[in-house]
Amino acid sequence: MTRHFHEELEQVKEKVLKLGSLVETMVENAVTSLVDRDSRLAEDTIAADARADHLEVEIDEDCVRMLALFQPAAGDLRFVTTAMKVSTDLERMADQAVNISQRALELNEESQLKPYIDIPIMSQLSQKMLRECLDAFVRKDVALAREVIEADNKVDALKNQVFRELLTFMMGDTSTIPRAIGLLLVSRHLERVADHATNIAEMVIFLVEGKNVRHVTPQEQGH
Amino acid sequence: MADGILVRQLHAWFGQVHVLHGIDLAIAPLAVTAIIGPSGCGKSTFIRCLNRMHEVVPGGRASGQVLLNGEDLYDPTVDPVQIRRGIGMVFQKPNPFPTMSVFENVAAGLRLGGVRNRGILQGTVEQALRQAALWDEVKDQLGKSGASLSGGQQQRLCIARALAVRPGVLLMDEPCSALDPIATAKIEELIQELKRDLTIVIVTHNMQQAARVSGSTGFFLLGELVEFGETGMIFTNPHDKRTEDYITGRFG
Repeated sequence: MTRHFHEELEQVKEKVLKLGSLVETMVENAVTSLVDRDSRLAEDTIAADARADHLEVEIDEDCVRMLALFQPAAGDLRFVTTAMKVSTDLERMADQAVNISQRALELNEESQLKPYIDIPIMSQLSQKMLRECLDAFVRKDVALAREVIEADNKVDALKNQVFRELLTFMMGDTSTIPRAIGLLLVSRHLERVADHATNIAEMVIFLVEGKNVRHVTPQEQGH
Repeated sequence: MADGILVRQLHAWFGQVHVLHGIDLAIAPLAVTAIIGPSGCGKSTFIRCLNRMHEVVPGGRASGQVLLNGEDLYDPTVDPVQIRRGIGMVFQKPNPFPTMSVFENVAAGLRLGGVRNRGILQGTVEQALRQAALWDEVKDQLGKSGASLSGGQQQRLCIARALAVRPGVLLMDEPCSALDPIATAKIEELIQELKRDLTIVIVTHNMQQAARVSGSTGFFLLGELVEFGETGMIFTNPHDKRTEDYITGRFG
């Protein structure tokens, strides 16, 4: 394959990493805007979404162009189709960060319902999963991808814990319901971020091994 | 030398048969322009009109304008032989002069032009062979017959021969059709190098090749230029349905 195909491949890789880095910052800032009750930060995070959308479109167009002009095969083909899907997942994660920021704007108007403990932990875990799934993508690291898929269980468990705790609040005092629901939604948004990271990790396995492990449990895969 | 070519209302005939219908086209300098289309669409006739080779064929006639750097090649005062010095051509079947050595093949155009100085000949032959990415393979066998090289090497020899007279334009008529995939890849790589110094027009029936090597692509059908545009756009979102049908293989 000609030199310039591989240059274009590298450029797409860099754009994916750039988008990933932007999304990671957006998620972190969104949760910070809630925990620190910083509505200005929430607004800035919402504004950053335009950049994420723009990068996603660029990556998409670059990939379509590469398919048309270079007819890549085998690993190269899987890379291009995977990059297109990864960028979609990243853009959706950015949207989740926007959603969290919107919840923060609402919740910051009210007095804080309770100390935020689990939500920051969920945020740290999701961000770590995001960093690692992109690392796995760029380095074609299947072992790391599998770790990310495993880590999703922890995030799910925290989401359920948050739900149980907030349910208790709501049943004890109905005036807490609006704020409790806001926090519940934040935990959902973070859980979606982790899910998208898991999707990306599954695609890394497809990229490297040519095997589609999506929607199949590790047990069914034989691991 | 940045040689752009402007084609205006180019018509061509074989005897009474009208094979090119009013082609208008701008070929960008120092870039690769691909011409694609099904058999019989007029693409080979088209590029042979660019260096006035079409009229060499009995019954071959053309009208219209082909402006190279603003000068009309079809102007009655222009000498067709001189044109072919400034516009090189490479054909589908590699055709090194069979009785000549590698060296003599490349030097042929220079000698015809009156160059006799041994030093200049040697220097120019080496430069042309390097430019055609063939020097390393033949430098110790310049006396060998041109026909003793492999197909891919013969084609690069023909390219070197064309380059030796320093044209500003290189026309390539299906240059890789007779070559295996590896030789083809070498020539496509070579084209990317050459476009830094030359304007290149390549006719190919291999659409994927056009997509790989060119910056602009023109689609010919039944003697008409149906569509012309940036290669990325032609292969992702062409404007004309006929172009889309051809590129997606709905008719061959």
